[in-house]
Amino acid sequence: MTSELDIFVGNTTLIDEDGLWVGGTVSDAVALRVRSGILEQTGATAAVLQSDTMDHYRTFHMLERLLHAPPKLLHQLIFQIPPSRQALLIERYYAFDEAFVREVLGKKLSKGTKKDLDDISPKTGITLKSCRRQFDNFKRVFKVVEEMRGSLVDNIQQHFLLSDRLARDYAAIVFFANNRFETGKKKLQYLSFGDFAFCAELMIQNWTLGAVGEAPTDPDSQMDDMDMDLDKEFLQDLKELKVLVADKDLLDLHKSLVCTALRGKLGVFSEMEANFKNLSRGLVNVAAKLTHNKDVRDLFVDLVEKFVEPCRSDHWPLNDVRLFLNQYSASVHSLDGFRHQALWDRYMGTLRGCLLRLYHD
Amino acid sequence: MPGKLKVKIVAGRHLPVMDRASDLTDAFVEVKFGNTTFKTDVYLKSLNPQWNSEWFKFEVDDEDLQDEPLQITVLDHDTYSANDAIGKVYIDIDPLLYSEAATVISGWFPIYDTIHGIRGEINVVVKVDLFNDLNRFRQSSCGVKFFCTTSIPKCYRAVIIHGFVEELVVNEDPEYQWIDRIRTPRASNEARQRLISLMSGELQRKIGLKVLEMRGNAVVGYLQCFDLEGESGLVVRAIGTACTLDKLSSPAAFLPACNSPSKDMKESPLVHPPSHGCRSTHNSPIHTATGSRLTQNFSVSVPTLIYTGMGSGSAGKEGGPFKALLRQQTQSALEQREFPFFTLTAFPPGFLVHVGGVVSARSVKLLDRIHNPDEPETRDAWWAEIRQEIKSHAKALGCHAVVGYSESTSICEEVCILSASGTAAVLNPRFLQDGTVEGCLEQRLEENLPIGCGFCHIPYDELNMPFPAHLTYCYNCRKQKVPDVLFTTIDLPTDAAVIGKGCLIQARLCRLKKKAQAEANATAISNLLPFMEYEVHTQLMNKLKLKGMNALFGLRIQITVGENMLMGLASATGVYLAALPTPGGIQIAGKTPNDGSYEQHISHMQKKINDTIAKNKELYEINPPEISEEIIGSPIPEPRQRSRLLRSQSESSDEVTELDLSHGKKDAFVLEIDDTDAMEDVHSLLTDVPPPSGFYSCNTEIMPGINNWTSEIQMFTSVRVIRLSSLNLTNQALNKNFNDLCENLLKSLYFKLRSMIPCCLCHVNFTVSLPEDELIQVTVTAVAITFDKNQALQTTKTHVEKSLQRASTDNEELLQFPLELCSDSLPSHPFPPAKATSVDYSSFADRCSSWIELIKLKAQTIRRGSIKTTVTVEKASPMGEGNFRNRSAPPCANSTVGVVKMTPLSFIPGAKITKYLGIINMFFIRETTSLREEGGVSGFLHAFIAEVFAMVRAHVAALGGNAVVSYIMKQCVFMENPNKNQAQCLINVSGDAVVFVRESDLEVVPTQQPTANCQPLCTEGEVTT
Repeated sequence: MTSELDIFVGNTTLIDEDGLWVGGTVSDAVALRVRSGILEQTGATAAVLQSDTMDHYRTFHMLERLLHAPPKLLHQLIFQIPPSRQALLIERYYAFDEAFVREVLGKKLSKGTKKDLDDISPKTGITLKSCRRQFDNFKRVFKVVEEMRGSLVDNIQQHFLLSDRLARDYAAIVFFANNRFETGKKKLQYLSFGDFAFCAELMIQNWTLGAVGEAPTDPDSQMDDMDMDLDKEFLQDLKELKVLVADKDLLDLHKSLVCTALRGKLGVFSEMEANFKNLSRGLVNVAAKLTHNKDVRDLFVDLVEKFVEPCRSDHWPLNDVRLFLNQYSASVHSLDGFRHQALWDRYMGTLRGCLLRLYHD
Repeated sequence: MPGKLKVKIVAGRHLPVMDRASDLTDAFVEVKFGNTTFKTDVYLKSLNPQWNSEWFKFEVDDEDLQDEPLQITVLDHDTYSANDAIGKVYIDIDPLLYSEAATVISGWFPIYDTIHGIRGEINVVVKVDLFNDLNRFRQSSCGVKFFCTTSIPKCYRAVIIHGFVEELVVNEDPEYQWIDRIRTPRASNEARQRLISLMSGELQRKIGLKVLEMRGNAVVGYLQCFDLEGESGLVVRAIGTACTLDKLSSPAAFLPACNSPSKDMKESPLVHPPSHGCRSTHNSPIHTATGSRLTQNFSVSVPTLIYTGMGSGSAGKEGGPFKALLRQQTQSALEQREFPFFTLTAFPPGFLVHVGGVVSARSVKLLDRIHNPDEPETRDAWWAEIRQEIKSHAKALGCHAVVGYSESTSICEEVCILSASGTAAVLNPRFLQDGTVEGCLEQRLEENLPIGCGFCHIPYDELNMPFPAHLTYCYNCRKQKVPDVLFTTIDLPTDAAVIGKGCLIQARLCRLKKKAQAEANATAISNLLPFMEYEVHTQLMNKLKLKGMNALFGLRIQITVGENMLMGLASATGVYLAALPTPGGIQIAGKTPNDGSYEQHISHMQKKINDTIAKNKELYEINPPEISEEIIGSPIPEPRQRSRLLRSQSESSDEVTELDLSHGKKDAFVLEIDDTDAMEDVHSLLTDVPPPSGFYSCNTEIMPGINNWTSEIQMFTSVRVIRLSSLNLTNQALNKNFNDLCENLLKSLYFKLRSMIPCCLCHVNFTVSLPEDELIQVTVTAVAITFDKNQALQTTKTHVEKSLQRASTDNEELLQFPLELCSDSLPSHPFPPAKATSVDYSSFADRCSSWIELIKLKAQTIRRGSIKTTVTVEKASPMGEGNFRNRSAPPCANSTVGVVKMTPLSFIPGAKITKYLGIINMFFIRETTSLREEGGVSGFLHAFIAEVFAMVRAHVAALGGNAVVSYIMKQCVFMENPNKNQAQCLINVSGDAVVFVRESDLEVVPTQQPTANCQPLCTEGEVTT
């Protein structure tokens, strides 16, 4: 006796809460469910579980097309799904694994990268099917919002009906993919997706065209997306900050201001004093280099190399880093010879937030 | 030109890409009705076209309005080649043809293609202007309302229930026409869909005409079926019950069918005319309560008296002959009907007087080509023959009517089994006659039938029983005789006194048969049928005993014929009726008592069975009050099996073999284990696993013992097909496979719906088909309804207490009364048996009046004995309360805009149906030539069923409704050819589109238990028991 056909169709479509259908094969999912102890809980047989899992996979297979454009899910007539379940379905489908996103963050969402999925899957222990889904989701969201104007998070939320949290994450992913920030280097491995997403949010808020709060007026800049591309003019201007390290007097003055303010407050004062010029040079040079795309991509590598690592090797506590960075940015306002205060604040305000987030083991 | 149909095409959305180059579509729409076609403009390059067309107007006969569907075709314009069809929408405009239903059809309809499925949606508005001219000779029957619901629809009142209407139309099946060889599958499918749509329109119109002839205005319990006879043609047939319905004007005035009888008793004068004698003698108010008690006897033993309520004007003993006259009239009123059948399964209070038992008839026919579609005489004759048989069976049971009547067919190649079944019953003719006093409903309790047990009392002659039976005095009223087991096809009457909960009981059976041709095949099948019926019946009886119950409701026995086997599947809901005696256990006996180990084995089995019975009694809360034999006044009968089934098979020839399903003299509760077969039987009895805790199941409308539904419902269809390993199949292996298939299917359902616990699967409907040699297909449609566990417990408790109380009071009062009554054998002739049509009515009446004297005497004795006269009233009121609670169960607030509920039940828990919008009757064909690509057979059928649901919902929503009640999937014919990567499926569904309002949204009487047990969707998974 073999089962040829076995289906269950409800007037209200049943959606499995665990969302196991999003990744892996049916047998993977069945094995997972068996391990969860569901058979003992319900007294069901393995055959029942198999049949139920198959139903969920089939339902999912039919729904997947609609999930590619979630607003369609709301207007379609074929599946009657309560709103709360629709939200769950979308959220599950667009959920991603930390391990996976770290692998592709900042990479071009192209066919080439898709080929790498074959390697990423065994490396991360995530099924290839799931990797593909996550990658396709990133790419799809990217394609849809790429050409759009307005807030990146809002656009994503509107077109994919994601929760605020998830929409922000996607905004970060899209932002990173667009700017191709390098995140895969070995020395960046200690950073989590959350760290990058935090930085992305700060950068979107402060360093993009949208951040200025006005639509660009000249025709050629209309090609730029307000939230996705960094403000080119701003990056160009950052060169002006170089004077802070190039002008020896200015550098000395800056150092003495910081040292005076922090004397006695910093556990690592001597180390700071000794390293001040190196650190300042590092931070200012990162800014000055951002005109080149190549250097933009290496932003995080540079930040870690030029700031995080030296501090870490001297065992700065996080609080000392915070005190130093605050004082370091604020002291510039007292440098009479320095004219780019607004620029400095726009740069350093964001960078300070990023560095504090990046500074951990 | 009595009608103008107006159609407007508004817009489309989600259309498929038809032009690969542009990834867009140039869509336009053809609107066709009859032979007239209109077209919209082409809306260029869009997947969401906005046509906003003018009103297309069709001026048509109302006859056409009824027959023809509105056909909307969406096409892709192509300058150089033929336009490509995207898909179609068929809209049945019948709901617009009667005033109380929908006034406009407007909404988004899925665009359906038989090859590609749903491809986008189209927004359409349809209106009809009808010009009334009632005087002309009518061919149309516009205005007759149709309901699938097998009870009086909730917002209507039955003025008269006229009776059975039937009709069938035949045609050639387009699939088998010569032209099918050269046309595309799509064209062929569409021709079929259109033809069936036309035929059902025509059928409905013809039935409507019959209803008008009977002076009715509605058909209730309308059941339409298709017989795909293959080469020999296509038959569309329908049965229903013609009624005159009155719309209840204000929804507040609506009283449920299960209204508390106590109320009516208070309102109406209590000395009712069931006995003129009584009335003339006892007018004192104190008599009122006993009056109702007395009538219990009257109504049962002397049905004549039931009818005398009509002649309220006549007084005293002169009433005698007059009564007889009336009786004669009512009898003839029923008899002049060709078939006194009713497709209803639930009835207005007071309608059902007695139930005799299940009557069924089957007949095996050989199909031949229908030569003249306009004269479908053969098919008509076949059904007439079967109905005649049913009628005579009912008569043999002393009943003049058949309720819960249904018909079905099973076709394999050229052999066709026609089946009909129903429940023989005695009805109150008040509802059946023309010119009845207005408002029978108000008077419905005039007869004062014994509450909760009257229908159990035997309608047939005790001394001349149609089959060997064992009778006892009713355990409820102690006055009338009841059988020890009762089988029926109807729903449990709402006022029936039940102990504990009910459960789904199934008998499953397979029999191999040799492949054969034509007559030989038909003969083989007819030879097998009696054995199958017998075994199905035995299985049902044993399983019922095993559950510790004594009655079956909603019994449906389906016999399916295949190439090399016959399948029998019987489903019913078992209950413990308080009026019927406690069922005895099951005893096992071995044939070879000398063998020691064998004995041991037997005793082991016996113990297992006893344990199961005890466990089931606990599970279903069956704890009837203990009554010692002396109190009852008659010995508790030795448990003995007795058949309530009376049926026969007949072949094309007229030979009729009556099958006595009782075991004759043998004590049938003893299972003799004399061979492995019997062993298997016992084993199979014990393999049925009870549902997991928190789950109940039944195949009736309501679950006895649960009456506090919460509002979450989930209707579903589940289909399974198994392939049998073809090698040396035996009956046993086959039985086991089939049993496992059904049991596993049920297990799967319980697992899938576990988040709804505590819940009950209601109206569980199994359908078996044998699509190919080694394939068995089982289709299940049911609805899961959540209920409030705490309230359920309370109610059962009060119920049991109630019956306990009743039992004790009854015992005090009526020690000898019933005995004496029935020692008089004359009046216990309940109803003239079938053959005794020439009863001398005057003498009969004389006998009655003399008997009335006796009753009077008794009544006085009772009064002197100072009885608690309020007993009946007391008993009735908690019941009313229970029902009230049921109706106003706290609903969940999870209703969202656009949700359309579907349910096979006639009601929606926690809600009130405010409007019936019309019948939904849809037929779809889906075919694929890329089966693998669509996910195999499962993927294909899963998608198709989901699409069917979607189309039903869309039509309901367009009518302005938010639910389908009495939904049924009448057919799901699935054929596959995996080698060719092809599959085809035909589905036919129907139901009633309604508007419902949540009770919480209405101003209802404050609920007594406001403890809402809402289960928000998100937390479902956590509910475990």
